[in-house]
Amino acid sequence: MTKKTEELSQKLHIGSDQLELLEKLCNATAVSGDEHEVRQIVMEEVKALADDVKVDALGNVLVTKRGSGENRVRVMLAAHMDEIGMMIVKKHDDDLFQFEIVGGIDERQLPGKAVLVGRDHLPGVIGAKPIHMTTAKERENKIETSSMRIDLGPDIGEKVKPGDRATFATRFRVVGPSIFAKALDNRFGVATLIELLKNPLPNIDLLVAFTVQEEVGLRGAQVAAYTFNPDVGIAVDSTPAYDLPHWDEEEENFQYNTKLDEGPAVYVMDRATIADQRIVRLFRETAVEWGIPYQIRQPGGGGTDAGVIHKSRSGVPSISISVPSRYAHTAASIARIDDWQNTLNLIHAVLSNMSPDKIAGERRD
Amino acid sequence: MNDLQNLLKEMLSVSGLSGFEAPIRKIVEKAWEPLTDEISVSKIGSLHGLKRGKPSDPRKKVMISAHMDAIGMMVTHIQDGFLHVTEVGGIDHRILPGQPVVVHGREELPGLVVQPPSHLLPESVGSGPVVMKYLLVDVGLRPDDVSEKVRIGDVVSYDQVPLDLTGEAMAGHTLDNRVSVAATTICLEELQSRSHDWDVWAVASAQEEETLGGALTSPFDIKPDIAIIVDVCFAKSEGATDWRNLPFGEGVGLGYGPNIHPALYDMFEKKAKELEIPFNRDLMPKMSGTDAMAVQIVAEGIPCAVLGIPLRYMHTPVETVSLKDIRRTGRLMAEFIADLKPDTLEQIGWEA
Repeated sequence: MTKKTEELSQKLHIGSDQLELLEKLCNATAVSGDEHEVRQIVMEEVKALADDVKVDALGNVLVTKRGSGENRVRVMLAAHMDEIGMMIVKKHDDDLFQFEIVGGIDERQLPGKAVLVGRDHLPGVIGAKPIHMTTAKERENKIETSSMRIDLGPDIGEKVKPGDRATFATRFRVVGPSIFAKALDNRFGVATLIELLKNPLPNIDLLVAFTVQEEVGLRGAQVAAYTFNPDVGIAVDSTPAYDLPHWDEEEENFQYNTKLDEGPAVYVMDRATIADQRIVRLFRETAVEWGIPYQIRQPGGGGTDAGVIHKSRSGVPSISISVPSRYAHTAASIARIDDWQNTLNLIHAVLSNMSPDKIAGERRD
Repeated sequence: MNDLQNLLKEMLSVSGLSGFEAPIRKIVEKAWEPLTDEISVSKIGSLHGLKRGKPSDPRKKVMISAHMDAIGMMVTHIQDGFLHVTEVGGIDHRILPGQPVVVHGREELPGLVVQPPSHLLPESVGSGPVVMKYLLVDVGLRPDDVSEKVRIGDVVSYDQVPLDLTGEAMAGHTLDNRVSVAATTICLEELQSRSHDWDVWAVASAQEEETLGGALTSPFDIKPDIAIIVDVCFAKSEGATDWRNLPFGEGVGLGYGPNIHPALYDMFEKKAKELEIPFNRDLMPKMSGTDAMAVQIVAEGIPCAVLGIPLRYMHTPVETVSLKDIRRTGRLMAEFIADLKPDTLEQIGWEA
């Protein structure tokens, strides 16, 4: 550890308070379009830290924290509050509920899971036909969402209605070096931005957007970027780590996207954004200078709020930085506490190195 | 929370896969110890509790058999810190991705069953279900740590936390067949204040899900005159609506078919009607899929009755049961047993 990182880790330490906040955020329910619960937690956390807080027309929380120095850079940090989940669409005669997926969930992840329904978090289960009643042939086909039901018990009455949202019931836990939780995509981002607001820098006007509806089309970030009109945009998210073995042990897995234990994932390109190389360079150089591990996310598909931020108004130099996590968009993800710590450190270090000249002039390679 | 919920949750808080029943056996022993006169463990790992009947010599014996073992998985291979597993008992691989589990290594390790991304699977899998061979378990530890703590042959149990649903329903793993152990416990509790002529042997049997090993051996030791097998049966739900599925929460399933002695069936039906305990006839035209398959043919043969507690989503970690049906089953067994007279057996015939 270099002296600089030592200083930093004293300041921005992921300790029990930070993990408790992340736990509260992960256990909350905020399916795209109904981000109420996470918004309440965010408002509670940021109100004392900000110069200005507002909730905009779409439900984004927009927080401004101005620096005190000269030549400040207006940096927008965005983290989406919403998560993938389900919406109840029909109550059937047998008191079981049909549902539709909200966001990108592989339906093979759904059967046999515990869920929480509605704002009261009523427990329910997505059942599956007993194996005894299936044929080998039947088990070769996946179970379709349309034939799954949520069961909340025989006395559910009118307590659940079509339109109510549901999420996986997974509870947050720390396991050795790891976190097991639902919705780490993107409560990691939300918690990271709250920590950054607690540690402001004089050279930066922090324009922090806790956005809505990322999982269904980056909608919140688009209007938030317009409102903030920033000099630089940084989307903070969680990206998949596909660092699992190939089924054929002879084959190397060269499409891992990111790997756990290798630090924050710096984006160069995804489906929605070609990152501004000046900012990519700033991240790389800062990481080396401060001795913070980082990895370049393998260029390719996927997308974050940066996809709309960089195209806002006349254009915003933008990048995405993600905490790697395995099994995103399923009942439970696994990520490393150290990777989160290093993500927080790197973003903070980059902000401290940020100055108008870093993005002055024309975009260059 | 009531006593039954507490008891069930305690029984669901431990594992006890087929052949590895020690953790659940300890819990059941604790529950039965104050309710029985003698308690012992069979050579194969079943728990036997004896509650003696009124003094007379010799006394007839009724055995209640409720299997306590659970389905789960076992580690077959360790690759880069990830575990490959095979099933213990019948598991539909389609419900596994994303399930929380405990790996019983050198210490208990929480883990997740995970479905690798499609580009790391054979192309033939496509968007179809991933068979168990290609699923992995991730315990959140680094590879060196995993090799140190996990060995091939370690068992893996479900770790879904039980959920209280509306209408006195509960969801969780291994309700098959801990609900029947709970019903047997209720029966023993009821019998505390009742006089009964027969000796009652409560058995929490081992290995039902794989070998029926418990059910084949306990009756050999006990030599009961009759046996009541209590297990779960299928309850109606989405995709499970045919004649094999009984209504949920609407009464005990009374097994009917070749594994069951018809005179015992008639006695149970009569008793349920007399006490106005709701029941449904559970048709088992070929075999019952329960311990009765084994108990029936031990030694010179044992007359069996089969009681079923209707359960939804059997063999998933979100099996769902009505607590009412558990209580009804426990009470029906107790009433049946309290009614057994020294000469009841002589009245049981084939050509009634």
